[in-house]
Amino acid sequence: MTPVAAIFVRDLRIAVRVGGGALMGVLFFLVVVTLIPFALGPDLALLKRIGPAILWLAALLASLLALDRLFSADHEDGSLDLILTGRAPLELVVAAKGLAHWLSTSVPLIVAAPLLGLLLNLDAPAELALVLTLLVGTPALTFIGLIGAAIAVTLRRGGLLLAVLVLPLTVPVLTFGVAAANAVVTGPTPFATPFTILCALTLASLAIGPFAAAAALRQEME
Amino acid sequence: MRLSASDLACRRGGREVFAGLSFSVEAGEVLAVTGRNGAGKSSLLRMVAGLLRIAGGRLQLAGGDPQLTIGEQAHYLGHLDALKPALTVTENLRFWSGFLGTSAANIGPSLEAVGLHRLAHLPAAYLSAGQRRRLSIGRLVAVKRPIWLLDEPASTLDASAQQRLVDLMREHLAGAGLIVVATHGATGLTATHELQLDQTVPYPLAGEGQGRGTLRK
Repeated sequence: MTPVAAIFVRDLRIAVRVGGGALMGVLFFLVVVTLIPFALGPDLALLKRIGPAILWLAALLASLLALDRLFSADHEDGSLDLILTGRAPLELVVAAKGLAHWLSTSVPLIVAAPLLGLLLNLDAPAELALVLTLLVGTPALTFIGLIGAAIAVTLRRGGLLLAVLVLPLTVPVLTFGVAAANAVVTGPTPFATPFTILCALTLASLAIGPFAAAAALRQEME
Repeated sequence: MRLSASDLACRRGGREVFAGLSFSVEAGEVLAVTGRNGAGKSSLLRMVAGLLRIAGGRLQLAGGDPQLTIGEQAHYLGHLDALKPALTVTENLRFWSGFLGTSAANIGPSLEAVGLHRLAHLPAAYLSAGQRRRLSIGRLVAVKRPIWLLDEPASTLDASAQQRLVDLMREHLAGAGLIVVATHGATGLTATHELQLDQTVPYPLAGEGQGRGTLRK
């Protein structure tokens, strides 16, 4: 097994064990989205209009939830020292961790989103658009989050700092993700325009995220 | 293979921990690093592993793989055991041998070498401190690396496990390995060199720890 595959498999395995982040994210997502209709009341038209935005916001917060443990868990138990001195390129290791994190926390959200969309009165085309935008957009959230997680790694309670650092950077992803999903619900912009920009944002963060996070980790070696 | 340092200096948080440190260890030799708390034993090991920036001086490895850094040819055994409590004993060791680049074939014998083969399927969360340390040492057995950097390796081990560690260290030395070990007490192994990090200032006040290393044969 190559070093990068070893990291990937280990992180996935830990995520699905007891105490892993996989289930927590999707439960948090469920709770947040369920609370919104209670707060807004039974206005179906309103729910339908703001449904994609609610689901996107909840997905954003849920994917941040487990992110602060991504590197700090490895830092606390000494694994990060060995990873840093290992022969595998740190950028690839970071990317593998990001991918494992996305698979274990964001994919369950994407699967749960259509079910929760029913609570928010979304119809079939809107559901489809929402799932597509989440599928394309959540990797960007994870890989932008990698940078914040790497910067906050040595802090005891880095979770809050992570949110403060990462949330502003996710604004473009949120904007175009919601815009693409809304295009199907309300119009008049075509779906493709914001969706293509969302794809571009994801590709850019996939390219930049691992390098920036690896650089941050190297800086904090001391 | 020879690991040598000349005029090595270390700064942590703006404070000089040690300076002017020189040593040289050949394959088959042990360098024991001793000194009071805070003298910089761990810092020296982390520096050799490449985890701390070298503030001054040079650190060289002659006869190693020129493509790799010193840290990439070394095993670093620090205070932390680098184990995941959610994974079993076998999974933990298999991960590290996979990450450090060997096949999974020698997981079983390595666990046996550190006496953990009976606990192979137990999650690491249930291990005692000494067992965790032994599992961590299993990594050194499973993956061959010419340099071992051991930071207080025997701190949580019982007498028989300490003896086993000494045997493993002897085997490593016999296979042209090289060991740098930070220690307070006796390692049970006659060190070929001893590097004392606090010769000149036995009990300095805080912030004055200007250790000058002395090397004894």
